[in-house]
This record gives sequence, structure tokens and C-alpha cells, in this order.
Amino acid sequence: MRGMNRRACALCWAILLAAVLAAVYLLGLLIPDEAVAGSFLHAKEAPSLAHPFGTDALGRDLLMRTLKGLSVSVTVGIAASVISAVIAVFVGIAAATGSKRLDALINWCIDLVMSVPHTVLVILISFALGRGLKGLLIGIAATHWCSLARLIRGEVLQLRAQPYVSVSGRLGKSGGWILLHHLLPHLAPQFFVGLVLLFPHAVLHEASVSFLGFGLPPEQPAIGIILSESMRYLSTGMWWQAVLPGLTLVLIVLLVDRLGNQLQMLLDPYSAQE
Amino acid sequence: MRNSVLRMLRIFLTSGAKLAALLLAVSVISFALVSASPVDPVQQYLLSLGTAVSPEQRAEIEAYWGVNEPPVQRCLSWLAGLLRGNLGESAIYRRPVADIIGERFVNSLALMLCAWILSAVIGFGLGCLMGMHRDRLPDRVLKKLCYLLSSVPSFWLGLVLLLVFAVGLRWFPVGFSSPIGILSEDVTVGERLHHLILPAFTLSLMSFVNIALHTRQKLIDVLNSDYVLFAKARGEGKWTILRRHGLRNIMLPALTLQFASFSELFGGSVIAENVFSYPGLGSAVSEAGLSSDVPLLLGITLFSALFVCAGNMIANLLYGVMDPQMREVGE
Amino acid sequence: MTQEKEALLEIRDLSVSFRRYGRGLGQTELNVISDLHLTVFPGEVVAIAGSSGSGKSLLAAAVLGILPGNAAVRGHMRYRGRELSAERQRELRGTEIALVPQSVAFLDPLMKVGRQADGHRKPYPTGKRRALFRRLGLPEETERLYPFQLSGGMARRVLVSTALLAGAALIIADEPTPGMSLEQALEALSMFREMANEGKSVLLITHDIDLALAFADRVAVFYAGTTVETAPAADFRRGPEALRHPYSRALWRALPQNGFQPAGGFQPYAGNLPKGCPFAPRCPLRTAECEEKMPPVTRVRGGEVRCRHAT
Repeated sequence: MRGMNRRACALCWAILLAAVLAAVYLLGLLIPDEAVAGSFLHAKEAPSLAHPFGTDALGRDLLMRTLKGLSVSVTVGIAASVISAVIAVFVGIAAATGSKRLDALINWCIDLVMSVPHTVLVILISFALGRGLKGLLIGIAATHWCSLARLIRGEVLQLRAQPYVSVSGRLGKSGGWILLHHLLPHLAPQFFVGLVLLFPHAVLHEASVSFLGFGLPPEQPAIGIILSESMRYLSTGMWWQAVLPGLTLVLIVLLVDRLGNQLQMLLDPYSAQE
Repeated sequence: MRNSVLRMLRIFLTSGAKLAALLLAVSVISFALVSASPVDPVQQYLLSLGTAVSPEQRAEIEAYWGVNEPPVQRCLSWLAGLLRGNLGESAIYRRPVADIIGERFVNSLALMLCAWILSAVIGFGLGCLMGMHRDRLPDRVLKKLCYLLSSVPSFWLGLVLLLVFAVGLRWFPVGFSSPIGILSEDVTVGERLHHLILPAFTLSLMSFVNIALHTRQKLIDVLNSDYVLFAKARGEGKWTILRRHGLRNIMLPALTLQFASFSELFGGSVIAENVFSYPGLGSAVSEAGLSSDVPLLLGITLFSALFVCAGNMIANLLYGVMDPQMREVGE
Repeated sequence: MTQEKEALLEIRDLSVSFRRYGRGLGQTELNVISDLHLTVFPGEVVAIAGSSGSGKSLLAAAVLGILPGNAAVRGHMRYRGRELSAERQRELRGTEIALVPQSVAFLDPLMKVGRQADGHRKPYPTGKRRALFRRLGLPEETERLYPFQLSGGMARRVLVSTALLAGAALIIADEPTPGMSLEQALEALSMFREMANEGKSVLLITHDIDLALAFADRVAVFYAGTTVETAPAADFRRGPEALRHPYSRALWRALPQNGFQPAGGFQPYAGNLPKGCPFAPRCPLRTAECEEKMPPVTRVRGGEVRCRHAT
């Protein structure tokens, strides 16, 4: 990588990481359901060549389950972080451009959401929506927008103080025109990076809420579910069901985190100097 | 002196009013949420009884719970109960919610307090170490470790620790806050501690990263400041500077952050308590959610909000009391 | 003149450069101070005058040995006739050599002023410091105040008190006057004059030549990272004929009372210095040799100058 421009380097990383993520997602979709069918002959087998991650108590191949679970995690993570980021943009812009009272109200709402621990709030929302995928998605989306919204609010306030924005207001451009031509283009990088950096949080929350039993139903091959099952067999020494799927999840989260940092560097080289 | 007491009182009152408004909003919204749930609490309750119930009996229970009243009225009567300290009765434990919360909170408090202190000490110590060795080996290694830890699902971390230290090495018990089969009054402090160490350690691992990275950044800012340059010019050595200027200037923000992180602490304890089967509020809330124990779920939600707000309030007060600039400006 | 005495501080060929990461992975050396000569004798005030942002403050940091980690220092510095090694700098700073920084920002915002003036060396010189505060006209309660509660004048006196308390023989005052009213600046500078009269040496780093001239014994003119001329302050008062370097003369003419004529062109800054004499591009006397090679330091009429054409 020596001699290569930092920018080019970051771009290569970003493409590589995005490709890995896409591959994981597709792999999860392409694996047929038979591959995760159980067979009692092979129950509780330690990792081997035939089953690199071992098998669970029902004899299902854990590598296949993990891959399918990751695919689900990626889907939930992307959906939840997109919803969260969109909420954050709307709320952030509204707070920065609306009246003082609206700003105060929004800040109060953020305080409100932040005042209940995320895990408890997700449990509550998931309970309200009858558990399952929908409750999980909405629960995660509803709890993750706050900090990005604050960031965007600050950014918009800063942009509005710029001379070219106030001049264009005085030139008679409408608020909407300014928003579209001056604010949104500057917010796009923030939004994008914020979105990618939200993803790890969303995935980790999805996994932990599923682990607690409030997320996906037990028949879904989610990572949280696999790990929650593994709890029952921990004391019998079935370490592989707990360790390997979790490790894979950590890898994916690290990859996305890396991707986010690379993107941040691409879009805003100064902030990423650290 | 008189002035500062008055000012403290004013801060206390205004933040008290804000807190009350926030808690009211939290209770109303959570009530609305659980009311919207498609899960029928009466059905769940009857299932948990495990015996067949006649339609008359069912109607009686429904009437007792007020299921058929309009939601607004139910909410109001629940709020009125709250004001009198009556949080309702838990469906799974058949006991007042307030009693359960009180009992469980003692357990949770022990866990959270240990983890809180541990994470503050580890985080602050590592943060100082990283800041002092900025961009050199210890800093780079520890920074990588911090980023790694923040990418690890907390419950999985707990599982791995459980596997290694409880199942593998047998240093610690697999779960619960005390040995099973022994009456709670016979459990010694040592045994309690023994059961507490692993969950507390997991919980502190989940939360020290924040404080460590924050302390690192603050210390770097301080070390780049003009006053540290002057201290160097006056012959102060590296560690004297850390002692005389570093700690003095980073302690307060770190402490404030630590108090403001009660939300993460509580959220983390829900996970940790579930992994380690530790009977605190965290395991109670997931139990309540899973078995549709609405009063308990609401009670704990409200209590957790109170807990978080208390932390934020302490953080605000700390600044007012300890920062000379804030203190003097107020007078 | 006091040339016969032994110099307190002697700087020869001092260069300070910074390693910088430029675009891509390349590293560049940024020369901020190059081949600087300066001598300070006991009991005198030497002013280093030059425009802002020309790296004068780094000279103070270089003498004290508190430059940032990515700086490299070359050349010789001798203090009381002995080489000023990093180890010796560590011993001397805060005891023999003291810095008087420019503003209240150099005081720890969360430490009370009294404790701060006492310093870190035990036993704390509290009694001595109280007496000194009184002498400097600081009210009794000053020691219990935090820096943000000090007025500009009080802060300056507190900063000066740290140097006096250390009993330093060499005091480096880094831009002590910006942001002050004329009276305040005069008050501050007379404090340094007083110190020199008591036998201490003061190195006054400033961009305000006018003020420097009023209080200094000698003035070193700083241009593009080096001193182009060191002359008795009296020469500046006499006029351009008494000065040796074309830049010093241009500087003299640019003073308000002397016609306010600015010299043409701009001062080159670190990173794009010319190969030869840094003043050559703007110099009326330049020859081909000037553009090729940096002129050596020569003694002309009791001053030091870095110009081939000095008379």
C-alpha cells in the first residue's frame, strides 16, 4: 500500500469491505433451508472438517446457521440504521431551522428517549408490538436516532451561520431552495457516515435483544438466538456454540466499523486525522 | 455562602420540576405502549396459573384489573396509584411491584456499583496511560483494544468469560447471586462477593471504553495546553504535570461523564444479569416482558428512568459545585 | 558596552526544524529558525524584534528545551560558558532560566493563583511569594483567586512573580505586551527593565519594535527565521545611517514616526525560504552572490550583522 494515496487506499478498503458484507448477505440468502435441517445422529458435535463450527443440540450445522443468522442481522441492521438515520435527519433539520419552541420540544424529546435505558426501551417497544421482527426493528430504530439528530442539528446551525447561506436568503431564495441547494449537499456526508456508524450499534442491539428473547422468534436463525440457546449447554462444555457464532458477529461489526471510518476519511479527511 | 446555598436550592428545584415532567411523560408513554400491545395480559396471567378458569372467574379478574375500562381512565388510575406509591401488583410474583423493585434493586445496586467503580478506575487509569503515551506503543495497543471491545456484543463477552472462568477454570460459580439451596440469611458476604465478581467485571468491561477514550482525549488536550507548556518551562516533569495539572483538569469531566452514563450502566446490567442469572432488576425486566407482567414492566421502566435522571442530575450538580468558574459565576 | 564580560547565554548557528507529514506519505522538513546567532550578557535587556508569526517564540522554547517532539534542533547553545545540553536545560528551567509567558492562558484554570505561583518545588516558598505579591502591588486575596478572576494586569504580575520567585538569572519574556493598553505595556516593560537593573538578564521577544527600543539595551532584528542584525538600541534611535542591515533600515523607515514607509514585498516564511540571504529578494543592495549563499555574521561598528554589503 506504500506509495498509494491515502484516499485511494481508503476507497479500496471501502469497496473491499462493502463486497464482504454483500457476500455475507447473499450467502445467507442462498443457503437452502435443508442445510440447516437437524439430524440427531450428529447432535452436539465439536467443530470438525464436516462441520467447521460444530453442531447444536438438534444436530444442525452451526456454520450454516451462523451465516443465515448474519444475513438476518445485516438486514435488520441496515433497515434499522436507515430508519434511524432518516428520523435523525428530519428531526435534526427541524430542530435547527424551526422555531425556538420546536427546538426546545425536540431537545426535550431527545432527553426523554435518552432517559430510559435503551435495552429497557427496546424491550418495552418490542412488547408493545407483540415481539417479532417488526417490534425489534421499530424498537432499535426508535432508540438510535438521538445522537445523530443532535449532530445534524449542530451542523445545520453552523451551516446557516455561513455567509453564503444568509446571503442567498437575502437574495430572495426560499427556505426550501436553500435547504435543497446549500444544506442537504453538506449534510449528505454526515448522513452517510452517521448511517454506517449506526449499523454496528443496531446489529449489536438486535443480537442482544434477540438474546433476551424479545427479538426474532426462536425458529429464526439469528445470532442472538443461537447464543441464547448455547447458554443451556455451557456447563456441559459445548463451547463452540457460544464462541464461534459470536466471534463471526464481532468480525462483521469490526468490518462495518472499519468501513465507516474509511468513509469518514474519504468524505472528511480532516476529522479522520486522529 | 448563603448565596451558593440559595443557588443550589434553585438548581435543585428547577431540575426537580424538569425531572417530574420527564417522569410523567415516561409513565404516560410507557403506559400507552403496553396498552397497545396485542399480548393479552389476562390470557397470559391465566396461562401462568396453569389451571382452567371458568368464564365468570375470568370476567372477575378482568374487572379487578380494569381491562374493560377505557385506556385513559386506566392510565389515570394507575398514575394516581403511582402518586400514592402503589405500583400495582406483579402478575408473576403475586406481590406488590414496589416490594419486588426494592428487593431486586439492592442486588442490582451491588452489581452496578461494583461495575461502576471498577469501570471508572480502569477507564480513567487506561485513559491517563494512553494520553501520556499518545501515539506510542501502549496508546496504540490500548486504543485498538478499546475499539475491539466496543464492537463485541456485551452478552457474548459475558458468555465467553463465563465459559473461561466459571466452566473452564471453575474459579467462579455459573450463576445466581448466592449459592443455591442455602437460605438467604445464611449466605456470607464472601459468597455474595464471589458470585458478584464475574458479572461486575463483565459489566465494567462493557462500559470502561467510553471513559477511557474520553479521558485520553481530555488529557491530550490538557497536555497541549499553554499552561502545561508553562509548567514544563518551570521545570515540572512529566508525572508532576500529570499530578498537578492533568488530574485536576480531567477529573471533573470524567466524573461527570461517569454519572451521565447511568443509562448504559442499567442497560448493560439487563444483559449481564441475564447472562449470569443474577436476580436483579435487569433480569426482572426481561422476565416481566417475556411473561407479560405489565405492572412489573411499567414499574421497572419508570424506575430505570428515575435512576438515569438521578445520574444526570448529579452530573449537573457536580459541575455547579466543583468547577470554580461555574461556582463563582453563580455567586 | 559590556562586551568584555562573559556572556550569560550564547547561541551560535541555531536551527530549529519540524518534521511534517505532507500530502501522501512524504515527510518534509520545515525550517523555522536557521543559523541564528544571539548573545545575552548579564544585566542587559536584549529585545528580539520581528513580525508576528516568524517563529520567534520557538526560540524561547528551544532555549528552555520544551519544543514539541517533532522538532529537531541543531547548533550550539552555551549557558555561563557551558554547553546547554538537554539534561542541563532540564536542571536550569524554572530555576536559572525562567519564562514569562504572554497571557493568563498559561495559568492552570483550576488551580488557585497562590499555589500556582509557589510552583511544584518543595518546600513551597509561600512566605517569600507573599512578600513578592505585596511588592508587585497584588492584593492579599489574590492568592485565593482562580486565574479567570484576575484582571489582565494582575495576571501579568502573577506571571512575572513566578520568574522573580525562581530567582532566575535569565528571564525570557515571550510577547508580554500584545492586547495591552500603552500604559499597561509600559508598566510591564519597566518591570523587566527593573529586573535587568538588579543584575538579571532579560530576553524580550516582541513584535513591537517601538516599545522594545524604549527599554532594551540591544535589539536583535529577526527576519525569516534568523537574526539579521544585532545592534545597540541607541543606533535605532539615531536613524537608518547608524544601522547596518538593509532590513533594519527598512524597518526603521516603516515606523510611524519615521514616515511609515513599508518595505516592498513580503517576508518569506518557513517552507519557502530563498536559497541565499533570506532578504535578497527584497534587497536594493543584492548581488548574485547574495542570492546564492547565506552571508556570514560579521562585526560592524560594535554590532553583529549578516550582510555582505553592511557598512
